[in-house]
Amino acid sequence: MSATSGQPVILEIRGLKKAFGGLLAVNNLDLAVRANEILGLIGPNGSGKTTVLNLITGEHSADSGEILLNGSRLNGMRPFQICRKRVSRTFQLVRVMPGMTVMENVMVGRLFGSQPRSMQECRDEVEELLGFVGLSEKRNQLAGQLTYIDQKRVELARALATRPLLLLLDEWLAGLTHAELAAGMALVERVRKLGISVILIEHVMHAVRTLSDRVVVMNAGSKIVEGTPEEVLTHPEVIQAYLGDDDA
Amino acid sequence: MRGTWLAASLAFTAGLLILIALPRFVTDYTVSLLISILSYVVLASAWALFSGSTRYISLATAAFFGVGAYLVAIFGADHSFPLVLGLAALVGFLIAFAVGLSTLRLTGVYFVIFTFGLSELIRQVTIWWEINRTKTLGRHVFVDVQSHGIYYYLLGLAILTLAAGFLIQRSRLGVALRAIGEDETVANHLGINTTIIKVTVFAMSAVFMSLTGAIMAPRWSYLDPNIAFNPLVSFLVVIMALLGGAGSLYGPLLGAVPLVLLFEFLSARFPYHSSIVLGLCFLVIVYYLPFGVVGALRSAETRVRGWLR
Repeated sequence: MSATSGQPVILEIRGLKKAFGGLLAVNNLDLAVRANEILGLIGPNGSGKTTVLNLITGEHSADSGEILLNGSRLNGMRPFQICRKRVSRTFQLVRVMPGMTVMENVMVGRLFGSQPRSMQECRDEVEELLGFVGLSEKRNQLAGQLTYIDQKRVELARALATRPLLLLLDEWLAGLTHAELAAGMALVERVRKLGISVILIEHVMHAVRTLSDRVVVMNAGSKIVEGTPEEVLTHPEVIQAYLGDDDA
Repeated sequence: MRGTWLAASLAFTAGLLILIALPRFVTDYTVSLLISILSYVVLASAWALFSGSTRYISLATAAFFGVGAYLVAIFGADHSFPLVLGLAALVGFLIAFAVGLSTLRLTGVYFVIFTFGLSELIRQVTIWWEINRTKTLGRHVFVDVQSHGIYYYLLGLAILTLAAGFLIQRSRLGVALRAIGEDETVANHLGINTTIIKVTVFAMSAVFMSLTGAIMAPRWSYLDPNIAFNPLVSFLVVIMALLGGAGSLYGPLLGAVPLVLLFEFLSARFPYHSSIVLGLCFLVIVYYLPFGVVGALRSAETRVRGWLR
């Protein structure tokens, strides 16, 4: 039992399916995320994790199945509508808007996400978020000229600026140095303290084990195991899925 | 800050007064040159309104310009000029809106080619219609607007276009357009309704282009589809905006003025080779000023500041 097991479910996925040509990327997936929970989503490369994320945010449309946020269907909505329903994300390959400053990048999220405000009102909140991710000093630098970790910070602040209830982090901790990883993990933990639920797609097992309340393991588009990090990471099927794969 | 504002508005008012008074003191030739300059200032600024920030390169300028000009040729004789201008604005908007809805899913070079195709399609359909239905290939433009009138209409339109650009740049809409130009997928995921914004601003820029065509129509006493829908206009406008710097408000203006003057000079000096020389000029511009005059000024400014430090 995890600490958040008594919390209400905010995202529920039922029987989700998505095929690309002959490839079944997501096959009959059921998933639930509770309020204030960090759900680790792991699995070998190509197991369909990012596709699940793209289905939730409306980047792809599901072939069948339901995606419910607080009981209302997200299926068929476009990404901007889902963002306004308070679901936000970062991208697997970091995607800042390179020709805009750090401040402007985050401003876009605040101006157009849920509960949009006027420019002036947004400025204070954006400043606060920049402080939160540790970018206050670099607010006027072009995002494209930042280091890799700082670009990741921009993406996080920008996603938070849309005021999400649910944040989807797609390998947000990948490629960081040891010290950066510790800082990154602390940030994710602080995001949860803001009352935001997180789906954490991650290959860094140390982070998955430390941060996640529950872990779902996918292989070849299906969920193979679900449970607490300890249960899941010692499960024979999980070990086999990882060791049976060249990328493990 | 307040001082800069005051200086800017004083300079603007003074410039405007000079531009208003100018036609009274110069020759007819100069007025017609000023008309040329103003028309391209409007077209390039209107083009940059949409394409400058979103980076969707449109070659449909000639289509909207031509629609405006042709509507004046058709309806100008029987209706008041302002009414026909309103009609041109409306038709330009509707065509651009319909085209936008169906094509703005295209990106990159596909969008460029489509807009060029659209322009050519409208030209060919007009030619076909005129030959087969109205049995004429050209039309006389019977509108009682003289060159001074054209000048003032264009001056007003230029101010409107620049004001629209100024207001958009400072608004949420401007931020949305830039975000779309930077990364459209990300923009959409941040809550921006990218489709509706692109279509609306594309149609808005088309309104300014159609109005330019409509205002310019009385300048020709005779109009045929090849004059109205001249594809060179689409290309010139892109080059002007790029020369000046399409991302900034006054960039297209800085590009349009010297290029119209250059074009005028070349066609007077080298009447038979002006296109060749113009082509060479374009090569030089793209090679030496990839970020336009505004970009070059900015990097010069940073360099000078570096020396002063």
